[in-house]
Amino acid sequence: MSLEIAWFVVIAFFWLGYLFLEGFDFGVGMLLPVLGRDNTERRVMVNTIGPVWDGNEVWLIVAGGAMFAAFPAWYAGLFSAAYLPLLLVLLALIGRGVAFEYRGKVDSDRWRRTWDRVIMIGSWIPPLGVGLILATTVLGLPLDAEGNRVGSAFAAIRWDTLLGAVAIAAFSITHGAAFLALKTSGDLRERARTLALRLLPIAMVPVVAFLSVVQWRAGTLWTLLAFGISAVAAVVAWLRLRADRDGQAFAALGVVIAGAAVVMFGSLFPNVLPSTLDTANTLTIEGAASSPYTLTVMTWVAVFGAPAVLIYQGWTYWVFRKRIGTQHIPAVHAP
Amino acid sequence: MEVLELARWQFGITTVYHFLMVPLTIGLSILVAAMQTRWVRTGELRHLKMTKFWGKLLLVNFAMGVVTGIVQEFQFGMNWSAYSRFVGDVFGAPLAMEGLVAFFVESTFLGLWIFGWDRLPKKVHLACAWAFSLATMASAYFILAANSWMQHPVGVTFENGKPTMNSIWAVLTNNTALAAIPHTLAGAFSVAAAFLVGVAGWHLWRRGDHADVWRSSLRLGGWVGVAAFAVLAITGDTQGKLMFEQQPMKMASAEALCHTEQPASFSIIAIGDVAGSNCEDVKTFNVPALLSFLAHNDFKTEVKGVEDLITEYQAKYGTNYPDDPALGSLAGKPIDYVPNLPVTYWGFRMMIGFGAVSAGIGVLALWLTRRGRVPGSRWFPWLVLGGVATPFLGNSAGWIFTEMGRQPFVVVPNPTGVDGVWMFTAQAVSRLTTGEVWTSLIALTTVYAALGVVELYLMRKYVRGGVDAVMPPKKPDDSDKPGEDTLAFAY
Repeated sequence: MSLEIAWFVVIAFFWLGYLFLEGFDFGVGMLLPVLGRDNTERRVMVNTIGPVWDGNEVWLIVAGGAMFAAFPAWYAGLFSAAYLPLLLVLLALIGRGVAFEYRGKVDSDRWRRTWDRVIMIGSWIPPLGVGLILATTVLGLPLDAEGNRVGSAFAAIRWDTLLGAVAIAAFSITHGAAFLALKTSGDLRERARTLALRLLPIAMVPVVAFLSVVQWRAGTLWTLLAFGISAVAAVVAWLRLRADRDGQAFAALGVVIAGAAVVMFGSLFPNVLPSTLDTANTLTIEGAASSPYTLTVMTWVAVFGAPAVLIYQGWTYWVFRKRIGTQHIPAVHAP
Repeated sequence: MEVLELARWQFGITTVYHFLMVPLTIGLSILVAAMQTRWVRTGELRHLKMTKFWGKLLLVNFAMGVVTGIVQEFQFGMNWSAYSRFVGDVFGAPLAMEGLVAFFVESTFLGLWIFGWDRLPKKVHLACAWAFSLATMASAYFILAANSWMQHPVGVTFENGKPTMNSIWAVLTNNTALAAIPHTLAGAFSVAAAFLVGVAGWHLWRRGDHADVWRSSLRLGGWVGVAAFAVLAITGDTQGKLMFEQQPMKMASAEALCHTEQPASFSIIAIGDVAGSNCEDVKTFNVPALLSFLAHNDFKTEVKGVEDLITEYQAKYGTNYPDDPALGSLAGKPIDYVPNLPVTYWGFRMMIGFGAVSAGIGVLALWLTRRGRVPGSRWFPWLVLGGVATPFLGNSAGWIFTEMGRQPFVVVPNPTGVDGVWMFTAQAVSRLTTGEVWTSLIALTTVYAALGVVELYLMRKYVRGGVDAVMPPKKPDDSDKPGEDTLAFAY
């Protein structure tokens, strides 16, 4: 495998890590007004992701940074073409990030309601936006010979990329419900589990529809295989949830998104940003990649850095492995 | 306005704003880790109280630093895609390293530190504080290495119309970066120090509870501030000397030095318009020969002035922009090699001035609180609280000077480097509609302004709230079973 291809795989892996990890913490945010009946329950929900959401978000930063370093033309073309969706994602992430920190800092219902709303909106927009951006890179854009977008600011917003947006958001909310079932106790946990059971079949509709579009347009035999694995995992996740095995259900949902990522990036291969205007303008792995020297340097960094990240982030999840319930939430304390 | 100007305004606003949060996070996280270390070593409750109080303020601030940092990374691709394509091979690497090696550590271990009080053994928990705070410094290192490459590109060859990296080592040990890093970190410590002096000084003056906490915090802040200023002065001098070699136009502009002088005098302050067409009209108060010394370490050498440098730059990099429609209204126009003179001239002076004032306030606060004294004067709280703003202003002025001083280049040509490795800012911008960039400029500015108000409100509230009654944390409970106790910390 050439270094260029290896980096394509690494970047796909970072995006998968992002969709998997922040996917569930987005889901928790989306469900905040649905499952959290009072402030204590909402605090339980926020605290299930409290210690980890920030680390999860770094997967996005690293996915972006790695694209910049390994495939500058991909990073530049995609990020400038999908300008407005990306801007919305950034604004949402800004609001959401401070909202977790700030919502408990003043003891007032109005204050908390405001930040809860920011968390909720800030948890819907990024998966929609990231879904749209990833769908854009997989399905292509009207690009000229320099790799710049031709057409209006809304060129990236089409029915097929919107389907991708809905698919990622639908997955995230389900993943969040399963995570809450795994991490909470008592009444809240029961409701989260019931909701996950109901959400899963509905959420799979846009996911399957989007993956079918991708598979139909550019898929290969092995992406079809990944698609199949994804579908089976979704069924397993549902059955495991019904059998009261939250952890296994959550893991099975992880397989669903992993399969989806293989379908998406596998169909994209060997391109990184197809041009719908003229295939000669399509950005390929080969054409968008940095020099072999830069890729070698980055490979060394990744070989040592990435496993370390997996180890210490894994440890974090272990340290905070306990379920939490309303009885664990301390009294509100703000000066 | 054109996309270029809008994108520049956006970069300026988001960068200066981001850099209001970052230095406080860096400086405060190290100081908080040091406070916690003293508590673990001595077991004195005072240090735990300090850790908790300053830690809380650190978190309020940290959130803003993180979220505004994502904008920084993404706007290269969004607004500056031509730049990103041109420099990606070398500039992307330190940026990606920052994420992979530093930022992951920072965010993960911060989570462990915040929520880990009752889950981790004392020493492991302390190690998390250090991992987090050292990673903030590592972050700064990689980002400054990337920025320094724009100021002074090294470690590259020029192939197929693009810089191609041939030594990551050269990029990471760029002398420009090695000088910028201690300077910027010292700037961060002076921010944290002034913050400690201001907040603790005010509480001490009010003579409320926990005087021991406030006294220790103030003294710590005072000493750190003075030490930081010493480092700032020394590294600033090193940076200046490098800049005379690497970006002579930036330094000539910082001095409003029109004509080459030998020996050159240092301008302390100017009266009149430094950007006026006739430099002779400007009266500046000068120290003879000092500029020669600052530039080259002796009192005699020649220092080149703006006028002579323009001729040099024109000979090397052309007199007109290429006639490329991508350059908008600048296509084919003459290149203005002189950065915005008032901004560079006054930015440079404000950086040094505010830094010095901040250190002065630190010294004064140390003197007034010597041997257990409690300052009683009416002006004392105004002085120390006002002092909190000074290093922020100094830092911002420093960055504005650094970034605007390198215009019209986004990648400044390295005088001893490879031909072709430089780029005009006008060539760097994305092909976007003005509507898109207006939207993002307005949206980001509005959100930043609103959140700035919220942060200040919360900071004030928590500063006034003072120190909580603090109990040492319970023995960590590392079992799998959900306990019945409430969490030591919860959002």
